[in-house]
Amino acid sequence: MSVPVSELPGRMLARVGQAQVRLNTRAGRLWAAQPWWARTLAVLALFAALAILLPTSPVARVMAPQSAWSIVLSEQIGVFILLAIGLNVVVGLAGMLDLGYVAFYAVGGYSLALLTTRQHWDFWIVLPIGIAASAISGLILGAPTLRLRGDYLAIVTLGFGQIISTTANNLNFDGGPQGISVIPHPPSIDHIKAFSYGFIDGKPYYYLVLAAIFLAVFLARRLERSRVGRGWMAIREDEDAAELMGVPTYRFRLWSFAIGAAVGGAGGVFFAAQANHIDPTVFSYQVSILVVAAVVLGGSGNLFGVILGAFVVAWLPERFRGFANDRILIFGAALVVMMIFRPEGLWPSRRRRAEMGDVGSGGGMNAPLIAPSAEGDQ
Amino acid sequence: MHLHSFITLFWPSTVDGLVLGSIYALFALGYTMVYGVLKLINFAHSEVFMVGTMAVLGLLNLLNVHSPPGGFRLIGILLLCVVVAMLASGSVALLLERIAYRPLRRRGASRLAALISAIGASFVLQEIFGIYYTRNAVELPSLLGHAVVFKLGSAEVTSDDLLVVITGLAMMVLLERLVATTKFGRGIRAVAQDPETSTLMGVNLDRIIVYTFLIGGLMAGVAAMLFDVHYHQTQFNIGQLPGLKAFTAAVLGGIGNLRGALLGGLVIGLLEFYGSSIFGSQWRDPTVFVVLVLVLLFRPTGLLGESLTQARA
Repeated sequence: MSVPVSELPGRMLARVGQAQVRLNTRAGRLWAAQPWWARTLAVLALFAALAILLPTSPVARVMAPQSAWSIVLSEQIGVFILLAIGLNVVVGLAGMLDLGYVAFYAVGGYSLALLTTRQHWDFWIVLPIGIAASAISGLILGAPTLRLRGDYLAIVTLGFGQIISTTANNLNFDGGPQGISVIPHPPSIDHIKAFSYGFIDGKPYYYLVLAAIFLAVFLARRLERSRVGRGWMAIREDEDAAELMGVPTYRFRLWSFAIGAAVGGAGGVFFAAQANHIDPTVFSYQVSILVVAAVVLGGSGNLFGVILGAFVVAWLPERFRGFANDRILIFGAALVVMMIFRPEGLWPSRRRRAEMGDVGSGGGMNAPLIAPSAEGDQ
Repeated sequence: MHLHSFITLFWPSTVDGLVLGSIYALFALGYTMVYGVLKLINFAHSEVFMVGTMAVLGLLNLLNVHSPPGGFRLIGILLLCVVVAMLASGSVALLLERIAYRPLRRRGASRLAALISAIGASFVLQEIFGIYYTRNAVELPSLLGHAVVFKLGSAEVTSDDLLVVITGLAMMVLLERLVATTKFGRGIRAVAQDPETSTLMGVNLDRIIVYTFLIGGLMAGVAAMLFDVHYHQTQFNIGQLPGLKAFTAAVLGGIGNLRGALLGGLVIGLLEFYGSSIFGSQWRDPTVFVVLVLVLLFRPTGLLGESLTQARA
């Protein structure tokens, strides 16, 4: 064959991609059969439905009777969904356990806070800068550490996550423990209500974050089906085999780290703009843990599962605000119970589920606790 | 940078570091052994430690101890404390295995799922104490009264320093022998190497896993009691940061490796105090993690490597 050697891995991965099509559901096939304009219309309709219906007061009464629903929806749930989409690229697709994801969230948040309060730059200018800064910090953190494997990577990232809030606390230029207050809201556009960002009404922010989520989902879907995405899945299943097949594992892992970081940074920018105030406690390492919980709970690897998981994790404690004290207790118990009954997540990826049947492959984060075959005879 | 204060504080930092390091080392065993056998980050282990400290607090309140007791009464109380802490921590560790890990293992769940259920269990345990007891830090009575025994350089070594270091080392040696020489230890090593084959060879996997958790819990109980005796303070989330450090210690030494846990614990303890004397106490935790990253870059499987486990390909 006259195929250049460098082409081969791409071909093999393309075959993996075809397997995915075969595993698709009837609904998936129906969706794929529609013309592009119908699909675009459907997505726009979904966007409009979510934008109009979710923040209305009847929904609010059911979802969050004790708090301002539109603010919860954007500042907490929306931003959290963004974080989960970003982390899913790292954990769900590339199979690396990142326990310090909050670092990138913090970089985004502090970029916005510092540049808008000190330099008086516009939100819309700082947004791409914050995203770029997070991506670069992902590269900087990833470059030395991504040669580590599995759990070593987990503990190193955990360390970074732990350092970031301490460092933000110790330094002076970022306000230290007091943090940064009076972060300006994005400029309002022509006094249109949907674009006048302020304190009381969370809806403009909700539209903004919702748009960002749609964009992130679109990009993540494209990435997942790209050559890089297939490379990630190959790395996730068996890093050594992927490397042997010619997947540049280190470079692809670095990519996933930077892309995940960029999305997390965007989350940080939105949060800081709406919350008006940030300090180091916002970026505690519990946030990293919760985002990982959201990804795994939803079904790591499946974008829509992850969004569902993030929604549940961000919304449950808010819904049970009435139980004030007990909400973390309930949340913890819910995590345990859900993992016992749906260990692969609420809405697992089909590919992932098919792969999980194939025990004994690799040593990635998804290797079973102990191969079920060893469990049979006691 | 305050190299001057590093020199003046060298001996006190060394003593403090070794004391804290011994506690980390004992605490780290629960992480390192569970990792060796199940390849799982035992995230809820920090709460096992916390329950141990709470048990000692409860016992001291029950016995109405307020001031340092003397003579045989002191020895009796110390022994009682260690037994109660071990019982409490050991039973919590067993409970965790039963509720948060075993059902997942039965279903062949991923290690990531087990990590999440451990995180959930950790929230539950913390909140139980946070809600039904108190969220504030609680003082414990000082048992040994910080009596100076001898001087090491410029540092005063107190009786509780000695108690912590000696007990810590003794427990580590005991456990090392247990794993290296007994039949049960052979079982642990076999499962760590290859669970499937060792099951075929007649090792009772479930029993080995239960014992592994139990030993980790017992050691965390000892660590908790020593922590109470030395720092006499506890809180519903007291386990979190020490737990993170203890896990870091296990990784630094080479996870799955018992001697590595000891070495890692002592190194981290010393680093914390040296780091805070050089860079100021607010940089205490960052120093630890920066050094961890640096060490892992040059020795990717920790200082002593993974010995309980096979090196993963």
